[in-house]
Amino acid sequence: MKKEEVPQDKGLLDSAHTKELTYAVDENGEYTTALSSGWDPKTIALNNAIKEIEERVAKAKERVQNNETSPIEYYMELHKMDLPILSSYVGLWQWRVKRHFKPNIFKKLSQKTLQRYADVFEISIEELKHIS
Amino acid sequence: MQIEFTHKQSAHCENGVVSNLMRHNGFEVSEPMVFGIGSGLLFCYIPFLKVNHAPVVTYRAMPGLIFNRFAKRVGIKIKREKFNSPETAKARLDENLQKNNPVGLQVGVYNLLYFPDEYRFHFNAHNLVVYGKENENYLISDPVMEQVTTLTEKQLEKVRFAKGAFAPKGHIYYPTSFPKTLELKSAIIKGIKQTCREMTAPVPIVGYKGIKTISKLIRKWPKKKGAKTANHYLGQIVRMQEEIGTGGGGFRYIYAAFLQEASQVLGNEKLKELSKEMTKIGDDWRDFAVNASRIYKNRSAQNDAYNKVADELDAIADSEAAFFKKLKKAI
Repeated sequence: MKKEEVPQDKGLLDSAHTKELTYAVDENGEYTTALSSGWDPKTIALNNAIKEIEERVAKAKERVQNNETSPIEYYMELHKMDLPILSSYVGLWQWRVKRHFKPNIFKKLSQKTLQRYADVFEISIEELKHIS
Repeated sequence: MQIEFTHKQSAHCENGVVSNLMRHNGFEVSEPMVFGIGSGLLFCYIPFLKVNHAPVVTYRAMPGLIFNRFAKRVGIKIKREKFNSPETAKARLDENLQKNNPVGLQVGVYNLLYFPDEYRFHFNAHNLVVYGKENENYLISDPVMEQVTTLTEKQLEKVRFAKGAFAPKGHIYYPTSFPKTLELKSAIIKGIKQTCREMTAPVPIVGYKGIKTISKLIRKWPKKKGAKTANHYLGQIVRMQEEIGTGGGGFRYIYAAFLQEASQVLGNEKLKELSKEMTKIGDDWRDFAVNASRIYKNRSAQNDAYNKVADELDAIADSEAAFFKKLKKAI
């Protein structure tokens, strides 16, 4: 990549007031560094990944409303987690977390267990039980 | 307290932390040098693992390896510590700051609030330097950011004790002893040799063979997984390749910069030529990203479009195979 070809597309780093460093070749063929504000091919990839997560959140919400899963799964998706990540944050085996996705089991969870989930998601037990 | 510390932005966090800590201790070593000596360049497909519900490929060595190899090869010693309790972790960090010793930290990205939301994923192998503390705020030099920043005690604890794959467990590290002069020449040769060995390894998921394997998978995705999933998978490959920290082209440009610098240190003209060739390979990776992005931008999954980008990867695999055989002969 030549220095003048370092892309300056509109990226997602603007909000953090920073640019990223890339390596490129100057007019004498020597390597140097140049800041890039963003590059469309990767911004599109990142935006798609975010859209994918939003879709997963919306779907989980719908399933909670249809009583097909518990709010735990919804909050898991909202926090961009998957089962292994949530299980490691909450300190329970994966099969137990998965079991807590079942609405009937979720209803019977102790305050203590609910609190563990609430702490991970940084919400109150009330919010955990009733998603908005 | 604040330690006199020069923040210099880098492409990749781990190289940047090492390079900045070395400078602090009086040794000027560039980011590409750290990366090359630490045999940072790689291609590896990690089967059976999914991140963000998509397959994982990596363009560089495992977190921590670059610094370990670099240290061993140039003759410095590093101390690494992990903790079970956040309190001990904090106490040990404060102790080091008291002693005017800036330390490298491994942290999770998800709760790093100075990152834009879009970049905050559960990725636990980010690195930064803490170089002081003022009014309960830690002074942070994050090598991928243009400017230094701060985190509160609570915020820092959260990222130090992020959970999931590669959980940092409060991991801190810093160099403890240095030789009189750094053994750059032999270190460079060792670094290059290992990269050549890995990139041409007879293992189907590593090096140029790993690229071939991914190319084969890409051809199958549209039929096997459907347009949506196939696009999501392809997008993740491009993201891993061009994410902040790679310096562009899946670390290939940083490596080319390393070869150029190495050719001066070793007085080896061939490495300069090979640096140009590596730049060209980096350009090919960029072209692949452009063409892949066209597919997922249109949200279509025509088989021939997938085959076309897979062909590009095959060509890249062939160039890298040839390249690393030449590189091995050149040193």
